[in-house]
Amino acid sequence: MPYQYLDDVATADIAFEAWGKTREDLFVSAADAVMNVMVEDLESIAAAHKRAISLQEETLEMLLFQFLQELVYYKDAEQLLLRVPKVAIRNQGGFLMLTAEARGEFLNPNKHRLNVDVKAVTMHRFKVTEERQGWKATVVLDI
Amino acid sequence: MSFRQGMRVPARIYATEKLLKEMDETVFEQAANVAKLPGILKYAYCMPDGHWGYGFPIGGVAAMDAETGVISPGGIGFDINCGMRLVTTNLTYDQIRPHVAELVDRLFQRIPSGVGGKGFVKVSKNEFKRVVEEGAPWCVRNGYGWQEDLERTEEQGCMEGADAAKISEKAVERGYHQLGTLGSGNHYLEIQVAKPENIFNQELAAQFGITQPNQIVVMFHCGSRGFGHQVATDYLQIFLKVMESKYGLNVEDRELACAPFRSSEGQDYFAAMKCAVNMAFANRQVILHRIREVFSEVFGKTPQELGMHQVYDVAHNIAKLEEHVVDGKKRKVLVHRKGSTRAFAPGMKGIPEVYQRTGQPVIIGGSMETGSYLLAGVEGGRETFYSTAHGSGRTMSRHKAKTLFRGKDLLEKMRQRGIYVHAASYSGLAEEAGAAYKNIDDVINATEMAGISQRVVRFIPVGNVKG
Repeated sequence: MPYQYLDDVATADIAFEAWGKTREDLFVSAADAVMNVMVEDLESIAAAHKRAISLQEETLEMLLFQFLQELVYYKDAEQLLLRVPKVAIRNQGGFLMLTAEARGEFLNPNKHRLNVDVKAVTMHRFKVTEERQGWKATVVLDI
Repeated sequence: MSFRQGMRVPARIYATEKLLKEMDETVFEQAANVAKLPGILKYAYCMPDGHWGYGFPIGGVAAMDAETGVISPGGIGFDINCGMRLVTTNLTYDQIRPHVAELVDRLFQRIPSGVGGKGFVKVSKNEFKRVVEEGAPWCVRNGYGWQEDLERTEEQGCMEGADAAKISEKAVERGYHQLGTLGSGNHYLEIQVAKPENIFNQELAAQFGITQPNQIVVMFHCGSRGFGHQVATDYLQIFLKVMESKYGLNVEDRELACAPFRSSEGQDYFAAMKCAVNMAFANRQVILHRIREVFSEVFGKTPQELGMHQVYDVAHNIAKLEEHVVDGKKRKVLVHRKGSTRAFAPGMKGIPEVYQRTGQPVIIGGSMETGSYLLAGVEGGRETFYSTAHGSGRTMSRHKAKTLFRGKDLLEKMRQRGIYVHAASYSGLAEEAGAAYKNIDDVINATEMAGISQRVVRFIPVGNVKG
């Protein structure tokens, strides 16, 4: 798994680190890390429905923050559990533009082993860094 | 603790030596960061159940001067008006013992909980906007509850000045079908018993409705659900954009994002926050209605016949404009309480007529294995802007708890000990194991030793619906 939950960062909430060779891979891993807090087996989420995600931000951090929020939003607004197989990020006119097609299915407690709800993505110690071998993000989720 | 540069006031942590040792280092760092915020008065407080939080510590209290101070979503929490409600019955443990499993199973079925979750009250988006402006009175008007429930709710179940024009469509979309849902994480609904040895103040207990040995009560913990979380998220971003560029405010951690309370952004957030506060009051109001229905079905009596009166409803993630005496002068103060409960003393404005002589009832939810408390506000509360603890407070991360405990084993062990649990998720249950929390008795002792609230009753769980 290209992500790992951290023990000693958030007592009542959940912190994780995610990695990717590219920025795009990092976003895919971080999305799975968020979804895996709520659903134990990500493989149980069938790609039955699609939702297009399109975002524009000035910084990569804010772009990731908004991107992860989208997953939390669809979970509440449509009861939709989503994974994002592929993300495209490009620079345009001083902005970072993200397009992605999220896929998933409606939440079904009989099919999906559910864990705890993610209330929000927090900005606490939120960080995206470029390392020698790729990209890394640290994220704290409010539970 | 030592003074750090930029602190406008000292930080003050309420704890016994044992609790202090259990607190993580970051609590002190976070309290110090809060002490740097403009307009903060007297101290940056942390209650005995305090622990790490994003930005502000959980258990944090920060009172800001209403004219010169700031408002911060991080000082309130994402789950705006997360709170506790307590309801009595006139049943005793012996009377309900054969029915506990049935009650818990039915409550679990009738009150949706867990990840996502659609509520049992169906409203349109437009009607939902009325709900968030009107709060619990909307529910009572629509047949969910009694007039007396409102009198026994903080703010009578509706914070005035809630303005749905200040909330995003996204917030509405996340929340409008969640009215009547418990949520997950540490949210729960419990059937509890007041054993005679756990009544610490007979007179106050009687005035709060606990009058007979082994009396059964129902306590539950939940908040404003996805709606409130989105309101906080929206304004965190708005504040981050204007904080430095428009108001020249610098903070140590982006979760401390703030704006002057008297600025347009500050006032907009306050009006939006009140919508989330009202959503949570409405949510707990309709859940109370469901609890009454279920008890009524199981016992074949009306809720009135079963004596199902609400004791009180408290908010523990909120900011409120209150009047307090600071340096001998009455001042308007914006009190942020994040994982802290208001605990008004006898005679204070803002508590219902029935509790004018007792002081405000304070409902403290413990871990699902150990027990919970009913306290009363006291005059010594003036030291903390009349604030006290809110729960037992975690000492172990969720991830660690999940590696140490197994939900199925825990459920079985609790059943053997006489606590019937119905959980939405085994792993979610494991994260809430009693051992992941501080000892609630220590927390309550600390608030009593500090003189900021007094013990009235300790309740022991016998049935638990775990979100």
